[in-house]
Amino acid sequence: MATDLLQLLYYGLVYGAIVALGAIGVSLIFGILRFANFSHGDLMTTGSYVALALVGWLGWPLWAAVAPAAIATGVIAIVLDRLFYRHLRRTAPVILLIASFGSGLILRSIVQIIFGPDNHVYRTGISIPFRWQGLVITPDSLWVLGGAIVMVILVHLFLSHTRMGKSMRAMSDNMDLALVSGIPAERVVMWTWIIGGILAAIGGILLSMDTKLHPTVGYHELLPIFAAAIVGGIGRPYGAILGAFIISLAMQYSTLIISPAYMPAVAFTIMLVVLIIRPSGLFKGTL
Amino acid sequence: MELINLLNYALFFLTLASVYAILTLALNLQWGLTGLFNLGIAGFFAVGAYTSAILTTPEHAGYVGGFDLPIFVGAIAAMITSSIVAVIIGLITVRLRTDYLAIASIGVAEIIRLYFKNAEWLTNGVRGIPGIPRPFGGQPVLLLLLLLAIVIAVYFLVERARISPWGRVLRAQRENEDGTLAAGKNTNRFRLESFVVGSALMGLAGALYAHFIGFITPQAFQPLYGTFLVWVMLIAGGSGNTLGALLGGFAIWLIWSGTQILADFLPSTLSTQAGAVRVLLIGLLLEIVLLLRPQGLIPEKRTALVPRKKSDKGKG
Repeated sequence: MATDLLQLLYYGLVYGAIVALGAIGVSLIFGILRFANFSHGDLMTTGSYVALALVGWLGWPLWAAVAPAAIATGVIAIVLDRLFYRHLRRTAPVILLIASFGSGLILRSIVQIIFGPDNHVYRTGISIPFRWQGLVITPDSLWVLGGAIVMVILVHLFLSHTRMGKSMRAMSDNMDLALVSGIPAERVVMWTWIIGGILAAIGGILLSMDTKLHPTVGYHELLPIFAAAIVGGIGRPYGAILGAFIISLAMQYSTLIISPAYMPAVAFTIMLVVLIIRPSGLFKGTL
Repeated sequence: MELINLLNYALFFLTLASVYAILTLALNLQWGLTGLFNLGIAGFFAVGAYTSAILTTPEHAGYVGGFDLPIFVGAIAAMITSSIVAVIIGLITVRLRTDYLAIASIGVAEIIRLYFKNAEWLTNGVRGIPGIPRPFGGQPVLLLLLLLAIVIAVYFLVERARISPWGRVLRAQRENEDGTLAAGKNTNRFRLESFVVGSALMGLAGALYAHFIGFITPQAFQPLYGTFLVWVMLIAGGSGNTLGALLGGFAIWLIWSGTQILADFLPSTLSTQAGAVRVLLIGLLLEIVLLLRPQGLIPEKRTALVPRKKSDKGKG
């Protein structure tokens, strides 16, 4: 029993780290651009498939494909902003939300047209899990956990030590104050998409290592990701990280009681409870 | 023979388009008039379809059923169950910001779909429910006439609601919630009513769909078909305008069906991806509409509350 609980803790940490990478982006985009980005899951999918193209077509090792795939996804996010969102910024935020839903569909269908509707993996063959104190740990899951922790630390350093990172936090904290103090809004928006896209892509790649690549791999994580961002407080990247682990651990431990098929429902329920009793989230979000 | 096929296709097309027109009219009530961002249309659609299917099918083994009730009882029950689901969700979410409602409603729809997929005792799981009775013994022309009559009835209901005092409150709180509160209207209550009525209509559409197709599986209630297409229909037709919603439903269904014909002309390497190509086209269409004509084909007529004075002109 104790081993089971520890095993679930491990799964929860691995999955939580992936959700965190998506949730940080959603939270920042929500805080700075003021809309819920429904294409975020599909940005994750896009990143994981760009990496697949580099691995499968060009024969690169996966570690070398991560950075190019992440940057490509950041660029794709900016292109979507230039094509669609920028022209809609003066309209109601919900119009942007609808537009993001549409661009998510566009990304997903392009992925499916190029790579087909079937499952893919980065490499075939079985990786043998090793056992430690009765825990089953796959080498891939260690890479996922390690990769996600490195990314979270990098994001922290970016947000706390660079001028652009501070501008981003300022804008998501208090838009009016940030604007009158001369923060270049459009540049911050661009960087928000780059950071959001990079984190989404890496989250997508790690997710695909943990499971499989599929055109809807990222879309299916949308609910836990939004739940994490809302639980943590919109516009609060650190809150999003905490929210991600709360959601993820709750989802894993729920399997002790209910069928794993309902794991998304657990994320959803926690999100609703937070929305009812503390709508601004644990870290007092800005929206 | 060719002509008969074409005619049958036209009947099939119009019947499904009518189901979507009802969904679009219902969404127009929720979003167009009230500003409720419901991304869970597929959920209410599924609740309606399954309710009616379970109540009207004859005895069978393996899952709940055998009630063998008349179709109209099933359809009414479908509206009642989807209303109940809407009341529960609405009580929690109508107070929330619109984008939170969007996230919450898409979650609810997904959970409903997961439930229908996994609760085999109730829904027969992924195998679906076959043998759902069809009105008029499935005679396509009569079926279509029935559906068109229902579409017209729903149209007049929604249009009447729009110009009624009730609809005026809905539109007023959409534009200015504080002002409407100050006028002594309980805006949360009005929003909840609009959400429930709209969701009941979506449940009705689900029941009609089940009885038209005769067979349902959880696959039919994916957000793409249940929710996203309806949104494109409403936005393209003209959100807030009842006629626009009706027109949008039929026009986008025509385009959506047209993309299928277009997809048939694709090179054979892409033909297995026809579904994805269609989704791509409809996604692009939505973005184009949002960018070029966000008010839709027939925009909502916005009446000025206070007539402008001549001297105000030009001041912006």
